[in-house]
Amino acid sequence: MRVVLRNPTREIDVEGPMTVHTLLQRLELNRESHLVICDGELVAGDRTLPADASVEIRSVISGGSR
Amino acid sequence: MKCRVCRGAAVIDIRRHNANFCREHFLRLCRDQVEKAIRRFGMLQPGERVLVAVSGGKDSLALWDILADLGYAADGFYLGLGIGDYSEESAGYAHRYAESRNLTLRTVDLPQSHGFDIPTGARAAKRAPCSACGLSKRHLFDEAARRGGYDALATGHNLDDEAAVLMGNTLRWQTEYLGRQLPVLDARDGFPRKIKPLVRLTERETAAYCILRGIDYIVEECPMAVGNKHLAYKAALNDIEVQSPGAKHDFYFGFLERASERFRAEVERDRAALAACERCGSPTDAGVCAFCRLTDRATSPAPVRFSDRGRP
Repeated sequence: MRVVLRNPTREIDVEGPMTVHTLLQRLELNRESHLVICDGELVAGDRTLPADASVEIRSVISGGSR
Repeated sequence: MKCRVCRGAAVIDIRRHNANFCREHFLRLCRDQVEKAIRRFGMLQPGERVLVAVSGGKDSLALWDILADLGYAADGFYLGLGIGDYSEESAGYAHRYAESRNLTLRTVDLPQSHGFDIPTGARAAKRAPCSACGLSKRHLFDEAARRGGYDALATGHNLDDEAAVLMGNTLRWQTEYLGRQLPVLDARDGFPRKIKPLVRLTERETAAYCILRGIDYIVEECPMAVGNKHLAYKAALNDIEVQSPGAKHDFYFGFLERASERFRAEVERDRAALAACERCGSPTDAGVCAFCRLTDRATSPAPVRFSDRGRP
């Protein structure tokens, strides 16, 4: 599957299918600070991502002054 | 995973609530959490006008959306900071959202109104960019709320922000800051009431709210914030949260319930020393306020030096 990561934006290919949690674990990303969007839809942790899915992993951490 | 409320397909799992939610019930949860914070801390009364500080990011747009949905008279305020393409892009998100919901967005552009941008201000004042940015925002947000006659100024600080600030203040035992770290600061001496209605939501939840509501926000991080301590504290807290769901909530709300009051005396003592800035009239503990000093330094061709009491 094609995976787009944000902040900074980059793309990688990952062999699927696999669940959202497995994908985050494999990429060593914290599940508390990332959301996964599959084919334009937000998906929960147990959802299986198909091998041909278009996936975005969005970091939700923002910083600096508020 | 099934929604805790309706047993339909869940779109998000929230471990600190030990629950999963479908789109409809997650959006309802977010609104309920904001309403609960507003009620619990007495942030707003019915009929009051609130100015929402809007950056174009997920938190401030989610906050504005929820306050408008809850029926509050909420206008937005966008401050252009002159951080190159990032500022232009973030302004676009704020304007597009306001137009899509037919809400009022007020704007001030720092380079146009005060003659300097954040990178220049930070260099001139020898401050970290986030420090110059925070100082400018606090000053100009307060001013906008005051001039606009708003009852309160709302900012998009979420649970992660508050827990990270608490962690930083605690690590260094900055007791004065600890005494001021509250979800509501009452209006006083020219400062508007300041409220943080998102304190019961994490930033994962505010981001999910925007995605599920179709609110387009600036995803990229501010280029000047990269590598700052605040982000490091958030990362550390999220590592703890994975092992111990609810830790961030317990850390922050435990502080509010059981420790915050112990640091209030120091804040009350400092409060008496405030007077009007000689230049702009804003409350300050120096002759010239920190923002006017920053402006002088950033716009003067020669270095400007001030004494500890803010006098050139």
